[in-house]
Amino acid sequence: MEVKIRLFATLREGRGKVLSKDFEAGVTPGLIIEDLGIPEEEVAILLVNGRDGDLEQALEDGDVVSIFPPVGGG
Amino acid sequence: MYGYHGKYLRINLTEGTCKVENLDLELAKKWVGGRGLGTKFFVDEVDPLVDALSPENKLIAVTGPMTGTTAPTGGRYMVVTKSPLTGTIASSNSGGYWGAELKFAGYDMIIVEGKSDKPVYVMIEDEKVEIRDASHVWGKVTSDTTRTLMKEIPEKSRVMTIGPAGEKQSLMAAVMNEESRAAGRSGVGAVMGSKNLKAVTVRGTKKVAVANEEELKEVIKTCNTKIRENGVTGQGLPAYGTAVLVNIINENGAFPVNNFQSSQFPGAENISGELLAEKYLVKKDPCYRCPIACGRYTKVDDIEGGGPEYETIWAFGGDCGVDDMGAIIKANYWCNEMGLDTISTGTTIAAAMELNQKGLLKDENLGGVPLEFGSAEAIVEWTKKIGMREGLGDKMADGSYRLCDAFGVPELSMSVKKQELPAYDPRGIQGQGLSYATSNRGGCHVRGYMISPEILGLPEKLDRFALEDKAPWTKIFQDFTAFIDSSGLCLFTSFAMGAPDYAAMFNAIVGAELDGNGVLEAGERIYNLERVFNLAAGITPAEDTLPKRLLEDEIPEGPSKGLVNQLSKMLPEYYELRGWGTDGVPSKERKDQLGL
Ligand code: SF4
Repeated sequence: MEVKIRLFATLREGRGKVLSKDFEAGVTPGLIIEDLGIPEEEVAILLVNGRDGDLEQALEDGDVVSIFPPVGGG
Repeated sequence: MYGYHGKYLRINLTEGTCKVENLDLELAKKWVGGRGLGTKFFVDEVDPLVDALSPENKLIAVTGPMTGTTAPTGGRYMVVTKSPLTGTIASSNSGGYWGAELKFAGYDMIIVEGKSDKPVYVMIEDEKVEIRDASHVWGKVTSDTTRTLMKEIPEKSRVMTIGPAGEKQSLMAAVMNEESRAAGRSGVGAVMGSKNLKAVTVRGTKKVAVANEEELKEVIKTCNTKIRENGVTGQGLPAYGTAVLVNIINENGAFPVNNFQSSQFPGAENISGELLAEKYLVKKDPCYRCPIACGRYTKVDDIEGGGPEYETIWAFGGDCGVDDMGAIIKANYWCNEMGLDTISTGTTIAAAMELNQKGLLKDENLGGVPLEFGSAEAIVEWTKKIGMREGLGDKMADGSYRLCDAFGVPELSMSVKKQELPAYDPRGIQGQGLSYATSNRGGCHVRGYMISPEILGLPEKLDRFALEDKAPWTKIFQDFTAFIDSSGLCLFTSFAMGAPDYAAMFNAIVGAELDGNGVLEAGERIYNLERVFNLAAGITPAEDTLPKRLLEDEIPEGPSKGLVNQLSKMLPEYYELRGWGTDGVPSKERKDQLGL
């Protein structure tokens, strides 16, 4: 199944902005960041389809995962 | 006296006098400084029913005990006055270097009273204080005024000034310093303009004495380590500035588009912090002693200068439907030159665009300039017209509420207490809505930044759609912020520092014995004093609300689809926690408890 991964800020370096990848059913955001070589502590905000996501949740075909390092402002 | 000089200037423009007065140390400690101390003086001296643009209103520029010390980001000052935009108490914060310089000159604050019969500026050089003619800079933009004055004042002076917008008493006029730093919100620049005061320049050579040098060194070391090791203050803000929020808020579907008609912007990537860093950033532009350095200095075509910030990018970008970063940088530049608040200016243009979209501007003088959502030309040209009060720009200069009201549709103004809302849709971020509704200066994000827990997960992650716990969090954020705004440090330090850190800093500088709870209590005292003033000024609790659109119209698409803000389910609990009674009025017990 296909999952779209959107990366932001420093996480783009060497990886790109948007990746569409085929994964086995049952893949989780946790497995995806491992696959991308992103250390867990660099994931500050994780969204699945724009809503708060969980590293352990099972993803579905067509899901969009957005990953941000620690950033903020105001 | 430590942290404070114990001296302030009282400048009466009607009489043409400048006096040095003594500051009571106990009073200063109780109200901290900055926003707290300025508000206390203002409330004691000014009738809450005063016309904000009359000579009877006063304008106070006030530093905190940490301003001008070696504390990280200790360069801030507050402009306290009654707002002509909202009718509430106003306190607008600015960074840069002016605040620290005032402290070096030996003053904790200046109180400006009355009205000059011709344009003047005030020149301060340590003990020397002069009211000087400003007719040669009246009408000039911020950069030109600053550079002209620099030729006739002591070297290394810092210049705080208004632009043409302040002179013309635009209710969105800012007070500018170092050309691109702004005490931006609530129309404080119009108050300066109403007094015929163009600028205040300052140069000082004194040090701020602190109570315990050794202890302060230790506290600063600890805080600097926290700032460096925190992801937001150590990496995110230095690398991208505040603009990094564009993608975050947009991915959450809470980035208002076209005057809050929808909440996810297809063009976000073109106006993102990542793009700003890649294409337009020339260098970082930090304030006094700031290790974070979120400030940007950018260039496009022949225009270069400070900014733009996230809020500005959103106001001219998403909210006006514009995905052209170059145009946004130019609009930001013209706001600085005209001396306009970028949030209110961008969002008022957005409101005018909606009036136009709805066919309500047919008989108006648009001067051939487009006023359609998505027009890059519009955001730049209308900013200039607002600054000069040209054509429809004259009505727009008084903010979106008065503009929309003039066309019979005040509900199209996305404002609270007549001040425009910033860059977060409270339908998708429930607690931020409560914070907007109860902000003491009207629509504002920096009176209680609920984005921190609800979106960024700092200090812990709250469910942004949930209602429970939002009241206590909002209260704590508001009280905490009131203290930081009074201390002289930048609010952004709070991503890394907690209440006990500010207490330790305060103690080392002032020689007090405050703890983390004391920080929150001092903040709560300030928040309540502001509330009491607003009530006396005729701002009723019924105005603790949000625009109808945000309470009734569901977000049409995206991750926050189907939501409205459920303010009425959070507000009663908030009043109760504040000890304000069901009618929103501070109870006698709470006021006594806080020593009001
Ligand atoms: S964090 Fe940004 S706004 Fe705050 S003091 Fe530093 S440069 Fe100025």
